[in-house]
Amino acid sequence: MKYGPYVFLAAFFALALSWCGFVVTPQVQLGRAVQETNSVEKAELYPQERSGQARQGLEVYRANGCAYCHSQQVGQQGTLVNVVLKDAGKKTMDVAKVLNDEKLGTFSGPSVAAGLPKTLLQNVSMEQAVALQSLLKNAGATTELHLVPFGPDIERGWGKRRTVADDFITDATVMPGTQRVGPDLANVGMRLPDVKWQLMHLYAPGAVVKDSPMPRYQFLFEKRKIGARPSADALALPKEFAPGDGYEVVPKPEARALVEYLLSLRADTPLYEAPLTPPPAPKTNAPAK
Amino acid sequence: MNATSPTSPASESISTAEIDASCRVPLFTFFVSGAVWLVIASIFGLMASIKFHSPDFLSDCAALTYGRVHAVATNALLYGFALQAGFGVALWIIARMGRTRVSLPWMIAMGGKLWNLGMTVGVIGILMGDSSGFEHLEIPRYGAVFLFLGYLLIGFFSLVTLHDRKDRELRPAQWFLLAALFWFPWIYFTADYLLLSHTPVRGVVQPIIAWWFSANLNLVWVGLVGLAIVFFFIEELMKRTLYSRHLALLTFWTIILFASWSGVPHTAPVPAWIPALSTVGTVLTFVTVLTVMVNIRRTCSGCSQTDKPISGKFIAFATMAFVVSWLMNAISGIPEVASVTNLTWYPVAQWQLNVFGFFAFALFGAIYYIVPRVTGIEWPRAGFLKVHFWLAAFGIVLIVLPLAIGGIIQGFNWHNVKMSNVDVAKSALNFLRISTVGEALILVGNLMLLTNLIGLSVRYYKTHFVPAYREATAELKPAGVKP
Repeated sequence: MKYGPYVFLAAFFALALSWCGFVVTPQVQLGRAVQETNSVEKAELYPQERSGQARQGLEVYRANGCAYCHSQQVGQQGTLVNVVLKDAGKKTMDVAKVLNDEKLGTFSGPSVAAGLPKTLLQNVSMEQAVALQSLLKNAGATTELHLVPFGPDIERGWGKRRTVADDFITDATVMPGTQRVGPDLANVGMRLPDVKWQLMHLYAPGAVVKDSPMPRYQFLFEKRKIGARPSADALALPKEFAPGDGYEVVPKPEARALVEYLLSLRADTPLYEAPLTPPPAPKTNAPAK
Repeated sequence: MNATSPTSPASESISTAEIDASCRVPLFTFFVSGAVWLVIASIFGLMASIKFHSPDFLSDCAALTYGRVHAVATNALLYGFALQAGFGVALWIIARMGRTRVSLPWMIAMGGKLWNLGMTVGVIGILMGDSSGFEHLEIPRYGAVFLFLGYLLIGFFSLVTLHDRKDRELRPAQWFLLAALFWFPWIYFTADYLLLSHTPVRGVVQPIIAWWFSANLNLVWVGLVGLAIVFFFIEELMKRTLYSRHLALLTFWTIILFASWSGVPHTAPVPAWIPALSTVGTVLTFVTVLTVMVNIRRTCSGCSQTDKPISGKFIAFATMAFVVSWLMNAISGIPEVASVTNLTWYPVAQWQLNVFGFFAFALFGAIYYIVPRVTGIEWPRAGFLKVHFWLAAFGIVLIVLPLAIGGIIQGFNWHNVKMSNVDVAKSALNFLRISTVGEALILVGNLMLLTNLIGLSVRYYKTHFVPAYREATAELKPAGVKP
């Protein structure tokens, strides 16, 4: 390494290697990825393109650096399996015997067939699940295996499965974030789908989340005198956050766009690389804690 | 390289004073503007830090919202000070080690002006909401263009200066600088072109490239230039040569081969091979730290610790900060550790220690040594130097220690599902309060550096320009007219 050209070649070689590895190869592998067909449930395309307003909201998200405090990447430690009995078949006594032998409770012929479908085993490994499934199959019962991703992020309700590259295909600026001062937002549209809640939270976080350390974003709102009649869009603020008498707070287009974007954030579709079995339970509108 | 080297009969021909003088014009630009950006960075850094325990502090103005203030603080520190002053110190070291005058100093100073234009436009852009959204690359396209053009001038003429060296054989510090000169334009152009152009790459390729760029800037470039400064000043201040060239070579190869692959966190929503490779690269930088530790310890063994000049203090602190911050980084590359430390304050602490504790300290040491030699003027407030050292040292410790500990606690708390989101955020509050004190100390220290630099510039102006101007105008004036 006595002479310039050697040093230059060494640096060139090393940088070219890392450049090919982390710039060229990801682009070849992922750069032209297209929407996939969800193979697990209904054959819909995923991800759906965000609406124009949501794309504008992404710009607001970028401009104000939301990603410095909120990540958009749900982690997952692994996947467990639930065994669900769909149909007990004709030989219910045999099925009950299998279940009793496996120490899954005390079953009799009729009680096995009652209240189907029911979960027999929860959060077990694939091997255990398959073993039980084959025993039950021999007894003439039909079972389903439900995949349940797990990990602290999922237990917090931040998502149903881990975030994967496919979730970001349609986005213009992709900001998975590097810090979690606040909660992860990868699925905030699923967790907190209420527009009014979101607007209020942006205007005065403390009004909806007690002791929230998030700064308020009041510059996204307009405080104005109430005209002939109050605006339908005005925020219904609790007393200590309300503007003075005769005034109302209405969201500016930026705030609406940002909320539209936040509500469009939901990555809970099962994918080949991040499988899960969605629960059949009806969706509720209740905001999460 | 020494005077007796047979290949350099002309090495005596250019005096040290002459070499120093040839650096003056660009170095003034780099150091004074750099110090201004440093003060801006610490003002915004302090503001951002306060916002964490008083979220509504200055939050009603869009330009001063946390996401913009924080971006300005990091970019002003990185591009405004660290890179800019780094260019200056690198140029001086290149000229000194090559025993040659700086080639076309005015062109390099022009590059510096373009760089500062890009910085100004870029920072205003970020405050107006034009941040690119990629960490450490927030400066929007219209600012980045000027930064890149400015760098082309700076980099090219630094390279020409290196090429003009009188002694052909390169020493370790020169390898590091040569690699860094070439590293920056490649990574910066790649990231700008692929992320900020009109047709950027799509999907997660974006954050992958942003992480790649960030690691190559914050670890490889900062590591190469910072270690070059440390190696050079250890030799210069102690009048010794580096203990082992071979160890330095190992340091060099491990930085450019391993650190350039780090940066993608293992939780990233990308194909698993990418974080896996990144983990390998990050963990292997242990070797870098080991080689630097051994080499510097052996070089310094037996030297007296007492009568250290202030530059030596800064360089010694920088070396320790390098070891600690790169160890912090290598440890957090291990997946089991990363599952706790990633997405917390811990990487922030590591970044601060690396960029400020290591790199900025090396720059401070270099600036305090170089400027009096380049201008021939002593620091106007010599007492400030020591105070700056202690303020900066206490400041950075008060930032890094609480943030690292708070980050680890925060990481465990996010895993504790029973704790609410608000409680987790609040668990780091007291650590953030301490770090605000650190930011304030650093701001005061940085103001001292700026005061000294401005005072010295004024003195230089008075001793050089004013007499020259009087002399030049005196001849023109007829006798009897009052000057």
